[in-house]
Amino acid sequence: MARTLITAPSGARRGETVTLRVLLQHPMESGYRVGADGRLLPRDIVRRFSCSWNGERVVAVELFPAIAANPYLEFSALALDSGTLDFVWEGDHGFQHREQRTISVT
Amino acid sequence: MKRRALILAASVVLLPPARATPEAMAAAIRSFTEGAPLREGKVQLDVAPLVDNGNTVPVTISVPGAPAAEVAALALFNERNPQSDVLRVDFGPRAATRSVSTRIRLATSQQLVAVARLGDGSCWAQRVEVVVTLAACIE
Amino acid sequence: MRAWAWACALLALLGSAAVAEPLPDGRRSGLEFMGESTQAMQRDDALNPGMLWVLEGEAVWSQPVGADGRSCAGCHGAARQAMRGVAARYPAFDTALQRPIDLRQRIASCRQKLQPQAITPGDAPQALALEAYVAFQSRGLPITPPADPRLEPARDRGRRLFHQRLGQLDLACSDCHEAHAGRRLGGSPIPQAHPTGYPIYRLEWQGLGSLQRRLRACLSGVRAEPFAWGAAEWLELELFLAWRARGMPLESPAVRP
Repeated sequence: MARTLITAPSGARRGETVTLRVLLQHPMESGYRVGADGRLLPRDIVRRFSCSWNGERVVAVELFPAIAANPYLEFSALALDSGTLDFVWEGDHGFQHREQRTISVT
Repeated sequence: MKRRALILAASVVLLPPARATPEAMAAAIRSFTEGAPLREGKVQLDVAPLVDNGNTVPVTISVPGAPAAEVAALALFNERNPQSDVLRVDFGPRAATRSVSTRIRLATSQQLVAVARLGDGSCWAQRVEVVVTLAACIE
Repeated sequence: MRAWAWACALLALLGSAAVAEPLPDGRRSGLEFMGESTQAMQRDDALNPGMLWVLEGEAVWSQPVGADGRSCAGCHGAARQAMRGVAARYPAFDTALQRPIDLRQRIASCRQKLQPQAITPGDAPQALALEAYVAFQSRGLPITPPADPRLEPARDRGRRLFHQRLGQLDLACSDCHEAHAGRRLGGSPIPQAHPTGYPIYRLEWQGLGSLQRRLRACLSGVRAEPFAWGAAEWLELELFLAWRARGMPLESPAVRP
């Protein structure tokens, strides 16, 4: 199970801008590195990240090998209604990880 | 055995990696702008001019020059990594400020280009030169 | 002596990850030699990649292992209380082994005795995560090397190692980290080499690592053959470095270039 560190408030006021920060433990092996045996280490990266709020998209991100290991993303969302934040990471070799956070908007 | 491993490791570091070119970066940018002319302005790229380490460089892209609702997508490109693309972000109806922060890898000193595509199809860019030095004590 | 007590008390009150003020004797943490954005990465737990390992260590702490389901928590209780101050006083002298040991070895020997099933070939990441979690419990506390006379001979050898020229480049630790600390080597600032935040998230590694791993890189850096894994020299150096950094607050998990 991939480890994540998600920083999202538990509550917000309607119309407020909410900052979301996500950190995922992942090597993001670029596919350009050579191992000690002289052979290329195969690429193994997270390729897509998306965040949605009650099913509506906040951001959809395409990541490339130039994103550093343990990828960090910070973005913002508009607080319209209480509900669930969905975070999804997908990548090479069938990698997939989902997290959810609830948020109450008053 | 240990000495051999050390020399091998050192020679691995010295092998020149594949590099993209400014032409490849221009092509990658064109695929994002879909042929729309690229103008300088509106978008802001925040990155340290001299990085602590090229393996993990914090960057922030924002669009202070346009109302949030007008900005559809952001992208970041580089000049000298093996690949020109770094990141592409599409904003949905629940996005607030059109900005994103992340950490990237830079193979060497080079130019970074942040591009914003607005809802009307127009594209805006900012270019920043970043200096990257190798860590003094390489493992 | 009284000035020291004041400094320690003041530092203990700080409790947060970093100290901006240099100590009266001019010693400064490696934190201060980094760029602004790297410093920000350490100061904010939401940004610090080392916290991923702390979170993992928190899970390992409570994980029952083996037929009798022993967990660290089962004996020690909550790490926040039980492990507070522990990392700050390592390396320490192990009476059973009759030699100094560091925190990693102390955790390993405990697990070997009481959770042998946990020690598997792929266990190293969990062990590192545990080390990060335990060290985190001492964040903000001053490094307090034990006043144990049995540590003196090893610490003294560490002091001599620190000042001994090594490798093809024929450089001693003190040549860079004392004579030239604050200046630049190949564009990178030279810090004073105080182990204030181990295990560290090193940007060069894009991962978390121990002090021993960092010291190995130093020896490779001067083109010296690193001492064998687990060699006494590492502990001797760690002991001297901890004494040299006494009173400085721990920042674990720190971020370093």
